[in-house]
Amino acid sequence: MQQTIGITTVDVNDEGYLTDPGQWTPELAHQIAQAQGFELTDKHFEVLHYLRDRYAEGTPLTIRRIGKSGLVTIKEFYDLFPGGPLKVSSKIAGIPKPASCV
Amino acid sequence: MEAPATYTDPTTKKADEHPVRKVLVIVSKGTLEDVYAGLIMANGALMEGMEAKMFFTFFGLEAIRKDRQDHLHTSTVGNPAFMQKMPTMLGGLPGFEALASAMMRKEMDKLDIPPVSEFMEMIVAGGGEIYGCKLAVEMFKIEEDEFIDDLAGVITVGDMYALAEGEGAQIIFI
Repeated sequence: MQQTIGITTVDVNDEGYLTDPGQWTPELAHQIAQAQGFELTDKHFEVLHYLRDRYAEGTPLTIRRIGKSGLVTIKEFYDLFPGGPLKVSSKIAGIPKPASCV
Repeated sequence: MEAPATYTDPTTKKADEHPVRKVLVIVSKGTLEDVYAGLIMANGALMEGMEAKMFFTFFGLEAIRKDRQDHLHTSTVGNPAFMQKMPTMLGGLPGFEALASAMMRKEMDKLDIPPVSEFMEMIVAGGGEIYGCKLAVEMFKIEEDEFIDDLAGVITVGDMYALAEGEGAQIIFI
């Protein structure tokens, strides 16, 4: 299905995750984050780009791996993306919801 | 072009849906698989944006003891689901349980499941809290310095129930 976020219309699934990561723009990320109730900083974008790069490589994402990325600690990751960090950050990064239990 | 009215996230929960907001996981067993079940459920709750607390009692205390938590074993005797084709007697051979437990830990590592100590650090980093049971600690005569540094406290059963206070709280017993 299609959804208009800000001024762009993108393809999303029923949970609001972009189905084509190629449609992602930093502006879109700002809009999705605002809907979640927070503003993005440079630190957020470092994490978002890391997530997008790992997704493009086909590496499964887990909280543990992000903690070992050297970008953020696990605590910082939780603080940056409140309300379920891996899910929320993936949605903002325009990649599918991670199917991870850890 | 003008931006349309505010975009609402389609997954935003409605007030009348009674979502789970908090879990209290009680771990009463000290086997590898039982402790991991508790850790995975508590960590999974944090990952979903819920609150999570853990309460370790009886043999579950093994999981919060610094020198023991990363050496938990799985039971190879009296566990019918373990290697179904293997005669039960073999499970009792010296060293067999240690070998099976080491193999299981190796398989878990492949799935990015961390050792117990690291798992607990992840849970605490995510805002989770870990407690020990006062009665069991006294019964096993465990000293405070034997526990992990991240332990939030050794508490009574009454204090434990208080951890699950509030709307949308669930208690899981293992």
